[in-house]
Amino acid sequence: MSSSETSPILELREVTTHYGPIQVLKEVNVEIRAGEIVCLLGGNASGKTTTLKTILGYVEPTEGQVLLDGEAINGIATDDRVNKGISMVPENRRLFKRMTVMENLQLGAYLRRDKDEIGQDMERVFDLFPRVKERLSQRAGTLSGGEQQMVAVGRALMARPKVLLMDEPSMGLAPVLVAQNFEIIEQINEQGTAVFVVEQNANMALSIADRGYVLQTGRIVLADTAQGLLNNPQMRQAYLGEI
Amino acid sequence: MAETVEAKAPRRIQLPVLDSFLWLIRLAAIFAVVWGAYFSLSSGRLSGAQWKDLVIFGLSQGSVYALIALGYTMVYGVLRFINFAHGEVFMSGAMVAFFVARGLSRTAMWTDQVFLSLFLVMLASAATSTVIAVALERIAYRPLRGKPRLIPFITAIGASFFLQYAIAGLFGFGFKSFPQVPALSGSFFFAGFRVLKTQSVVIVAAVLMMIGLYLFVERTRTGKAMRAVAEDQEIARLMGINVDRTISIVFAVGGAMAGAAGFLYLLVFQQVFFLTGFIPGIKAFTAAVVGGIGNIPGAMIGGLLLGGIESIGPSLVLTGLGIPSAHQLKDVVAFLALVMILIFKPSGVLGERVAEDRA
Repeated sequence: MSSSETSPILELREVTTHYGPIQVLKEVNVEIRAGEIVCLLGGNASGKTTTLKTILGYVEPTEGQVLLDGEAINGIATDDRVNKGISMVPENRRLFKRMTVMENLQLGAYLRRDKDEIGQDMERVFDLFPRVKERLSQRAGTLSGGEQQMVAVGRALMARPKVLLMDEPSMGLAPVLVAQNFEIIEQINEQGTAVFVVEQNANMALSIADRGYVLQTGRIVLADTAQGLLNNPQMRQAYLGEI
Repeated sequence: MAETVEAKAPRRIQLPVLDSFLWLIRLAAIFAVVWGAYFSLSSGRLSGAQWKDLVIFGLSQGSVYALIALGYTMVYGVLRFINFAHGEVFMSGAMVAFFVARGLSRTAMWTDQVFLSLFLVMLASAATSTVIAVALERIAYRPLRGKPRLIPFITAIGASFFLQYAIAGLFGFGFKSFPQVPALSGSFFFAGFRVLKTQSVVIVAAVLMMIGLYLFVERTRTGKAMRAVAEDQEIARLMGINVDRTISIVFAVGGAMAGAAGFLYLLVFQQVFFLTGFIPGIKAFTAAVVGGIGNIPGAMIGGLLLGGIESIGPSLVLTGLGIPSAHQLKDVVAFLALVMILIFKPSGVLGERVAEDRA
């Protein structure tokens, strides 16, 4: 693993998570530092989504710690974790479909009271996604899949997170949109937000990431720089579609 | 709020025989209504003024139903759960309203400061129901959240009996009569309708509260949080919304509406006893379903519709069909009409079937 000049914003330390008697994560170690894009790769049922759920407190780890800015956040309610600077673009976007695009964005900033800065962040979202501005008064459920993805990312940014989690951003989107989506992730990162991407599409994720982890049946089996993973023969065989 | 009617569509067997039978029922119902209405109106037994009186009476009792229905529909919206004790929440408010009113009616304030004292009575009533509704959720329902649906449902029925007999034990089994409000006796004419002063208070208060509620849910931050929780609890939490607190607020608002309805009910019907919550509770629940359960404007429309049908329906339809003492059959008419509405539109007047997909 690369050296750590800066201490991590978000860290999973020896995290083990169970659903009832079933162990889903085993001693998982993950670090995300300021300014980084980190990806977590793995196939179906490898524990990717559970990792995110553990970070957000939807499930509690049975062992190990989740640290935000060096402070353990185990046992803290999800909404308080969001308040501390974690936000997520969920899998399949999960917008509030019966509410307008504007209301979705406003809910993203639900915990914030700094009106002026909320306005600035709203403008920032419109800069990233000019389409969203045209759709503000429309019900979110009436948008196309690509537009919904934009609103979901915008909604997560409205919380002004320190670290943005993305669950399968390429899921269910046309290839053109997937590429756009990853460009946006890079832009968001350049503006100073650390990003943690959970993906099945390893090529795409590694093309923008600084570092990556590979999860297999709940264990981290590989951890390296993105370049290192792209060159890793084991990796090429199992995840990058080369035989 | 949620307009979703749990979209687990049961597998429907498409039998042409069954379909045509259902259509036959619908046609028969339409025919009976038209036939009855025609003869009732042509017989001229009721004068135009009497019809208008029925309309106003329907509107005022419909307002009460609508206010109660809001509590059912809002709670269903966030929890997909029918709070069967909601009728008792309403009755408890009415009961306290009676005692506060009786106390005030012995003072000079009752005649000197009519509106202030009525407002105080309503406030006491709303506050009581709010506290009971919130306590009910905290003590009886929250620990059962996430359990199979039947369990909180049975608990709600138990809570309903508990409240009925707790009130009976505290205040006795007899009917309590609301004191006369001298300033509200008599009537006035409005756009050709004769309106009792009490009815005008009921209708105006209910309309104001419904507008207030609508603005609260649509415009405020808390209202948006409520709608977010109704739609997707997990994601609401991801927005930083405290879901438990939001659900408490939903119960509080629903309780406040029911409490206010308890006071208004007393203005219209004058009496309250420990079982007063039952029939209006059932009717308001039906109103909520007819409006499209989970839908706030739907509950308002459903309540007014039910009040209207109950008041006008018997005289309009049954009298013309030659059925004597039609008004005693008002509940039959009301519920038949509701069944018919649901046959024509199973999701309710404003209910829309939204697929529960998350894609």
